[in-house]
Formats: sequence, structure tokens, C-alpha cells
Amino acid sequence: MTQTARLCTASAAAILALAVVGLVVGDFPASARSAIATAIWDRGGEFDFVINTLRFPRVVVAVLAGICLAVSGALFQALIDNPLVSPDIIGIDTGAAACAVAILAIGLDTQWLPYAAFAGAVGTAGLIFVLSWRRGFSGGRLVLVGIGINALLTAVITYLLVRFPIERVSAAARWQAGTLSSSSWSDARTLVIGLAVLLPVAFLLIRRLRVMQLGDDMALALGVGLERSRLAVITVGCGLAAVVVAVVGPLGFVALLVPHVARALAGTLSGGVLLLTALLGAVMLLSADLVAQRLFAPTVLPAGVVTAAAGGPYLLFVLRRFNRAA
Amino acid sequence: MLRCHAVSLPLAGALLFCVGLLSLRYGVLGIDIATVWDAIWDYDRSDQGQVVVRELRVPRTIIGMLAGAGFAVAGALTQGVTRNPLGAPGILGTNAGAAFAVVTAIYSAGITTPAGYVWFAFAGALGATVLVYLVASAGAGGPTPVKLALAGAVVSALLGSWTAALLLLDLETLDQARFWLAGSISGRGTEEVELLLPVIAVALVVALFMGRQVNALSLGEEVATGLGQRTALVRAIAGLCVVALAGSAVAMAGPVAFVGLAVPHIVRSVVGPDYRWIILYSAILGPCMLLGADVVGRLIVAPTELQVGIVCAAVGAPFLIYLVRGTKLAQL
Repeated sequence: MTQTARLCTASAAAILALAVVGLVVGDFPASARSAIATAIWDRGGEFDFVINTLRFPRVVVAVLAGICLAVSGALFQALIDNPLVSPDIIGIDTGAAACAVAILAIGLDTQWLPYAAFAGAVGTAGLIFVLSWRRGFSGGRLVLVGIGINALLTAVITYLLVRFPIERVSAAARWQAGTLSSSSWSDARTLVIGLAVLLPVAFLLIRRLRVMQLGDDMALALGVGLERSRLAVITVGCGLAAVVVAVVGPLGFVALLVPHVARALAGTLSGGVLLLTALLGAVMLLSADLVAQRLFAPTVLPAGVVTAAAGGPYLLFVLRRFNRAA
Repeated sequence: MLRCHAVSLPLAGALLFCVGLLSLRYGVLGIDIATVWDAIWDYDRSDQGQVVVRELRVPRTIIGMLAGAGFAVAGALTQGVTRNPLGAPGILGTNAGAAFAVVTAIYSAGITTPAGYVWFAFAGALGATVLVYLVASAGAGGPTPVKLALAGAVVSALLGSWTAALLLLDLETLDQARFWLAGSISGRGTEEVELLLPVIAVALVVALFMGRQVNALSLGEEVATGLGQRTALVRAIAGLCVVALAGSAVAMAGPVAFVGLAVPHIVRSVVGPDYRWIILYSAILGPCMLLGADVVGRLIVAPTELQVGIVCAAVGAPFLIYLVRGTKLAQL
């Protein structure tokens, strides 16, 4: 059994363990055995509502969203060949947030919120790609254009937050922090559909990405269509990020951080490492959500706050080390 | 060359004068130029228009000018010393640092007046800038544009999420902070000016005399050393100036982005690469941009106002993208 396979098995075991903890822990006490029983074979019964409506979908959504974000981050970092890039840094999440905050602050029907957030994320990604295209494509330019777009959209959000009454603004601020606490089975279904379409493509793109990392000339010589491959990688990466932001809101730092951990544990990108990245993403988001629920219980923090608070300092450390090596 | 400046320097001064007058003239209450004139030279306390000019618009205009000069000169110095076209206080995390410190102050110490925010904003800006610079300058190659921009973005995102957490915990903090966070120069008194004027004045004067040193540094470390310059000392003084200027500016006006980035570039495209002139013109045109944006913000959604930070970002972000798309980026 290779190192990567061992790590994947360990991560999968961690996910299972954390999922059980997620089912058991909460304001309403349930024993481990009855929690698992209620979730899996003995549906109905005393704990049915707490487990099957509140906790189980939340755990499933955390796992799926973690996978989406981590894979998306790994694709972006491999594409731009810069370990500091992720969809949230270049403004994809801000695009979704601008649309979602608009709906919440203006007070429109919240049923459209996920669609608006998705459209915002995809639109922003398209805009960044178009604007950073200039006689071909450069990763550095994409990042800088993304940072510019991010600033512009932040200004839009600021305007919305200042313009509208505080009650609605506070709902918008809460959405922006990214929370899993209202997750439902329909959220999980959306994520499953997104993953089913995009994850296989992500694995198919790995070979091209590895060739592209050898340099543009080498990739061309080996017959990889550069611009088409880049467009495909960006589409898949943005798609994964957009699905998550539409369902649970912006969750910072998961996409940025998890690929680093996977790389440090298992080496450069390959199919196995991408699988490990996906599993570690689920581990990180599950544990962040558990901390968010229990740290200041009964006050529930948004999971995004925990991922940022924990992930940020680690990231600064990574950044420093990367810069030193570069 | 000198003849060109003999024309354009008075022109820039006249532009600043006009923008200043517009800032005194326009607002929620329309006031004609004659009243503005009287309010300054022949103040009559019983005239409501004159009181508005004197009590509200004069402090606002002065703060706009000082903050604009602070942001723009800090940006010019950063761009010259780091040889980085994206060097600007907002991109380097000053704004996020100041925002985090101010929100913390509102949340934990219950401070509610802009004058009370000043030192927190200053300290936060200082801390964040130092952090970003340390992170980005590690390793070979020093702080390259992409490394600095990314380190700034990451530190800003981190501080931003902590700020968001504090805002979520308490509705009142959110209500208090959201207006300051937008970046605004309205509702400020003379107190902030009195506190920060010495800092900003000293830093501006020092910056204006650093043009020659910055010129040498902008040619590269080796050239500057070869010309007999003590580069470490110059860098340190310039760094202090940047922090003092950007810190005071953000303390007065809140997190306003892009003035520090855009103004030095506009100036450079007109007066060329000589930092002696770039710094001087930035000190004049920075206030023009900030005050101009503020006047636009007052008029565009009248009878309410759009905060100056929002207007500046709306103008500045497309400018940043234009800059990045141009080929000049690699050359500086």
C-alpha cells in the first residue's frame, strides 16, 4: 500500500469518525448508538427530527462542500502554478456574495438566493477570464485582475450594507460569513449533482495539468491544447466553487489551504493526491463546523469564521516558506 | 522640462483650488459661491449657509485634502522604493488592518466617535503593513508585484474574516462600524485634524525631500549603492513615511482604496519617471481625486450620499485592471 493510499484511508476513517461525532453532539443529547441507528436503519423514532432533519444533512453538506472547495483550490493552484491562488482570493466568492447580499439587503424573495449567488460566481469568473485575456493568457495577470474585480465587488457590497436598514443588513452579513447551520437535504442534492458532473472532469484534467506544469513549450510539444485546457480547468474550478457558495455561502480558506496540506503530505498533483485533497477538504470543513457549533455553545458561529481564524495563520506560515523557497 | 513644470504646477494647484471650492459649494444643502466666500473671509454666524460651510464642509474638505495627500504620497513612495507598480497602501493591507482594529475597538471598548477611532486605525494599519511586507519579502527576488499583491490579499482576507466575525457577534457594532468601514470623510470634526496634522505634515515634508534618494532606489539596489547611497537607511525612512501617511489617512477617512495606487500612475504618465516631481504632484493631485470622488458621491445619489470609499473603488478598480492589462507592468 502506497503512502498516498494509506493517507486516503486514514482521511476516510477520520471523515467517518467526525460524521458520527457530528450526529451525536448537539444541544439535544443522543447516544452514539441511537444516533447512528436513527440515521441509517431505524428512521423514525425518538430522535428522527434532530438527526435526520438537522444533523445528518448538515454533516453530509459539510463533507460534499469540503470536497468541492478543496478540489477547486487544487485545480487553480496547479493551473496558475502558484500555491497562493484560490477561487475566493480572486473574487469568485465576492461575486456570489454581491448578488446574495443584494437580494437579502433589498429584501427580495430569498428563494432565488442560491441561483443569484451561482450566477454571480459564474459571471465573475467569466469576467476575470475575459479581462485577463490579452494575446493569450497569463496566470499572474489573472490573479491581479481577480484582485481588482474583488475590490470592485467589495465596494458594491459595502454600498449595499450602508444603504439598507440594519435588520436586513445583518442577515446579509450573516450569510456572508458562510454557515452550514441551515443545511437541508436539498442542499446536499445540489452538491451531489455538481460533484457528479464536475469531479470526473477534474480527474480527467490532471494529466493535462501535469504536462502544463512542465512549461508552455513542453506542453505544446506534447500536443496539449493550452488555451482550451486552461479554459476547461477554470470552468471546472469555478463551477465547483460556485456550487458551494450558492448552497452554503462563502467559506474562506478551505480551497486555499487544503491543497497545501495534501501537497506537503503526498507530493505533487496526481490522481491519488487529488483524491487525498478531496478527502482532507471534507475533514477540514467537518471539523471546522463542529468547532463552530460547540466552541461558544449555545451561540453558533458561522463555519466560515472558524476556517478563516484557523486557516489564516497557517497560511501565512506557508506563504513565508513558499516565498523563501521561490 | 522646468518650463513645462512652470505651467503644469500652477495648473495642478488651480485644479486643487477648484475641487476645494466645489467641495465647499455642493452637498445636501445647495450653497452659492458667494456664501462660501463670505463664510471664509467674512463669517456671519446668523447665516445658516455660512454655518454649514464653516462647521461641516471646511473640516470635511481639509480632511479630504490631508487624507488624499497621505494616500497618494504613500503610494508614490511605496511604488518607488519597492520598484513595484502595484505598491499602494490599500493593496498592502493597511485598510484591512485599520478596519480590524477599529471594529475591535467598537466591539470591546465601546468607542463610538470617529475621533476615538483614530489611534486604533493607525495602529492597525501599521501592524498589517509590516506583516504583509515581512511575508512578501522573504526569499530570493524580494517583494515582487505578484508576491506583494497576494500577501496583501491573503492578510486582508484573514483580517476581513475576523472583522466579519466580530460584526456578526453584535448587531450594534455592525450598525456603528458599517459607515466607517465604507470609507467616508463626512461627519468628522476638527479634532482628528488637530491630532494627525503634525504627523502627516512632518511625513509629507520628509517625503518631498526624498525624491532624489527614491530616484536612485527606483533604478535598483545595485545602482543606488553604486551611487554611494545608504539604501537600508533610505528604505527605513521611506517606510516610516509610508506608514505615517497611510496610517493617518486611513485614520481620518476610513479604508479608502485606490487613491494611493492610481494617483502616482496618472502623475507618472504626465511628468515622467522623476520621483522628485512624482511625489510633489501626487501630494497635489491625491487631494483632487479624493475630494472629487467625495463631491461626486454627494451629488450622484442626492439627497443621500455615496461614501467616498465606494466612489474611489468604483473608479479605481477598473483602473487597476487597465494597468494590469497594459505591458508597462513588467517595466517599472
